[in-house]
Amino acid sequence: MKSKNSIDMKEFALFFFFLLLCVFFSIFASGFLRPTNLLNVARQVSIIGIVSVGMTIVILTGGIDLSVGAIVGVAATGAAFLMINLKLPIALSAVIGILLGGAIGLLNGIMVAKFNIPPLITTLATMTSFRGVSYIITKGIPIYGFDDSFAILGQGYVGPIPIPVIIMLAVFLLGSLMLGRTRFGRHVYGLGGNEEAARLAGLDIGKIKLMVFAISGLLAGFAGIVLLSRLMTGAPTLGTGFEMDVITAVVLGGVSIAGGEGKLRGVIIGVLIMGVLSNGMIIMSLDENYQWLVRGFVLALAVGFDRNSKRTRN
Amino acid sequence: MPAPLLELKSVSKSWPGVRALDKIDFSLERGEVHALVGENGAGKSTMIKILTGAIHADEGQIILDGQSYAGFSIKQAQNLGIGAIYQELNLIPNLSIAENIFFGREFRKHGLVDFARMHAEAGTILARMGFKLDTRARVGSLGTAWEQVVEIAMAVSKNIRILIMDEPTAPLSTDEVTKLFELIRRLKTEGVSIIYISHRLEELYEICDRVTVFRDGTRIETLPIGEAEKGRLISLMVGRPLLNQYPPRIPVPSASPTILEAEGLRSGKLKDVSLKLRRGEILGLAGLVGAGRTEVVRAIYGADRRSGGRVRKNGKEISIASPLDAIRQGIVLLPEERKSQGLFLNLSVSDNMVFPNLRKYRRLAMLNAKSIRQDVLGMIDSLRIKTSSERNRVLFLSGGNQQKVIIARWMLMEADVIIFDEPTRGIDVGAKFEIYTLMNKLKSEGKSLIVISSDMQELIGISDRLYVMCNGRMKGELVGQDIDQERILRLAADFSDETDGPGVSGSMEGVAAR
Ligand SMILES: Nc1ncnc2c1ncn2[C@@H]1O[C@H](COP(=O)(O)OP(=O)(O)OP(=O)(O)O)[C@@H](O)[C@H]1O
Ligand SMILES: [Mg+2]
Repeated sequence: MKSKNSIDMKEFALFFFFLLLCVFFSIFASGFLRPTNLLNVARQVSIIGIVSVGMTIVILTGGIDLSVGAIVGVAATGAAFLMINLKLPIALSAVIGILLGGAIGLLNGIMVAKFNIPPLITTLATMTSFRGVSYIITKGIPIYGFDDSFAILGQGYVGPIPIPVIIMLAVFLLGSLMLGRTRFGRHVYGLGGNEEAARLAGLDIGKIKLMVFAISGLLAGFAGIVLLSRLMTGAPTLGTGFEMDVITAVVLGGVSIAGGEGKLRGVIIGVLIMGVLSNGMIIMSLDENYQWLVRGFVLALAVGFDRNSKRTRN
Repeated sequence: MPAPLLELKSVSKSWPGVRALDKIDFSLERGEVHALVGENGAGKSTMIKILTGAIHADEGQIILDGQSYAGFSIKQAQNLGIGAIYQELNLIPNLSIAENIFFGREFRKHGLVDFARMHAEAGTILARMGFKLDTRARVGSLGTAWEQVVEIAMAVSKNIRILIMDEPTAPLSTDEVTKLFELIRRLKTEGVSIIYISHRLEELYEICDRVTVFRDGTRIETLPIGEAEKGRLISLMVGRPLLNQYPPRIPVPSASPTILEAEGLRSGKLKDVSLKLRRGEILGLAGLVGAGRTEVVRAIYGADRRSGGRVRKNGKEISIASPLDAIRQGIVLLPEERKSQGLFLNLSVSDNMVFPNLRKYRRLAMLNAKSIRQDVLGMIDSLRIKTSSERNRVLFLSGGNQQKVIIARWMLMEADVIIFDEPTRGIDVGAKFEIYTLMNKLKSEGKSLIVISSDMQELIGISDRLYVMCNGRMKGELVGQDIDQERILRLAADFSDETDGPGVSGSMEGVAAR
């Protein structure tokens, strides 16, 4: 039972670190604590948040998905192209955009599961090619001129709460339920913990891998549509570099890059830490170059902590 | 005579460079415990993997219930009621005991996993086996012995008709072995058929009905246990009569000085332990599992922190705070849990053997490939390691042959004190003899050995001197002719009731609560 305690300790420490960060900024960054600002932080992280749920699932199996940023781009520009250039209905275009994300995820899954290409290589390849696809779709020029009603997804509110935040919370909730309480979720953990054991238990390993990449793709596609609706611009650069922010948040949240360990509970805190950190630093008008330095430092700190809490466990 | 439950007909399987199984015939009756024995690499594990669907045979037939199959998928084998405990533990460290037991077959309620029921049923299964464990504990936090218990629970929790056990007792101590045998007898009365693989031949006489001997991928003989007297089994296994199990003992010169001396060692479990080791001596450490033998050598080696005590080498006090210090002082330890603590599965046999001794082979700034090759081939030959070449990856070796590779590494170490913790676990009889011979050779080169073993006969057979431990204390010392089973048992027996370790009589609950 020692093991259980040390995990709780770890999550507690992460949460404590988050609170500390909030306290620090509420003292040194004026206006940080204002509710509008806090909601703003939540809205800013919501896109990364949605993507990080899919990433968590992939990393739990011991994989990685570098293509999420490119998928965000393809889903957003693809939907924009359908809405503006082909004049398709908004909802239909959005759904097709999301499915496009899912299809790219499935492609990742097929390459990993059927052709045994390591996830790092597979998704590096799709990341590169599908960023290219965004440029092809838009011919390199941002797409404008969306119907105002489309903005509701990314800019609307329910009461005081921004809709993207609600979407993010719903995705986290569903993800948690899936990982914690469904067979598929437990098999994801099992696969990450010991692939051979999972195989010998009679699981269809290939199918699980296929599924996790498809889920990651779908969620990235979904995030792409929300992002498009927030910006109302279908630029080919959308989502560039997201993969790094997402991986950072996930690892920060205590998910082991080796697979099998970690919970979405922690990841949401990781996402929030990232958001609070950039928001606070912007309010304090810290030089952007130093912001990078701080971010990197925080990541190293968190992962170092993760490693050490693991050592005490043994 | 009714047809057997299961029959293998002319089953073959080749790996690149090896014919692991060559036209094997095998049959299993209902309610029979059928032992499978053979040297390391004889093909035992390969056969069971074919039965569980983990791998596929190249040719041959499997007949079950009169139906003929070319092979099974894993799922199909499960559905047909074939369960297995593999030689390598196959658990998922990050999941709980209950989740491991029911992995892939989780109970559901309203589409969600029913954890309450899972824990309840897992508890029941373990209790029926005679163990009490916290089913919520993560498997990774258990020791090897308990992992094996979970693995067994996993196999019997299924609706099995055929249970295959590949060296189930290797990590277990006497207490748990007794419980396993009770379980096997009970399963047998329930009509379950069992295939039982072990290198501890004595066990077979307790539970088995028939024995099949494999050698080099062929079936040599199947005998009723009554006709399978131990000497006969051994000669069938190794293909020649093995006259002695132990090489003749080389006496230690009486003038031989003390090379290593530990005084008043204390740590979590150890209470004031002292020992002396002479040059050119094999010193045995006997005791029940949990008596503190491993702790003593780990304390000397600097692997565990100690709270008191001194270590002297050649009369001079030395400070050892880490294994690195120990190695610099010429003391090395072959750890008990080798799979996790020593092998690089993806590297070659040769790399694995010489890895920590590369300095020994350095010539100018390069490695002397010729002398590496010479030493490695020498070891492969003398330990009879079954591998297609020294460049073969260790991953592709059979379980016992992987063990031999690590032993070889320790034999090649440039050290004058070599400590072996359970050196022959999982190793076949023929190779054991070779290991003892190599130990004797090291000894005559003036090196000193400390050997821990749960196999009492082995300690009696090879030790020049022997300490018996009990509950973290040295209970006594036996020298030369005085070393015998009765004396050891008398000293090792625990008459106090301070049982504070897993495996020590009846402390099952203690572990789970850790
Ligand atoms: N995956 C593999 N790839 C290549 N060769 C293999 C593989 N698995 C087993 N072998 C080879 O097949 C032969 C039989 O191995 P097997 O594991 O069946 O032996 P075993 O009788 O179980 O031995 P042990 O007592 O050491 O467990 C060995 O020579 C081994 O090197
Ligand atoms: Mg084997």
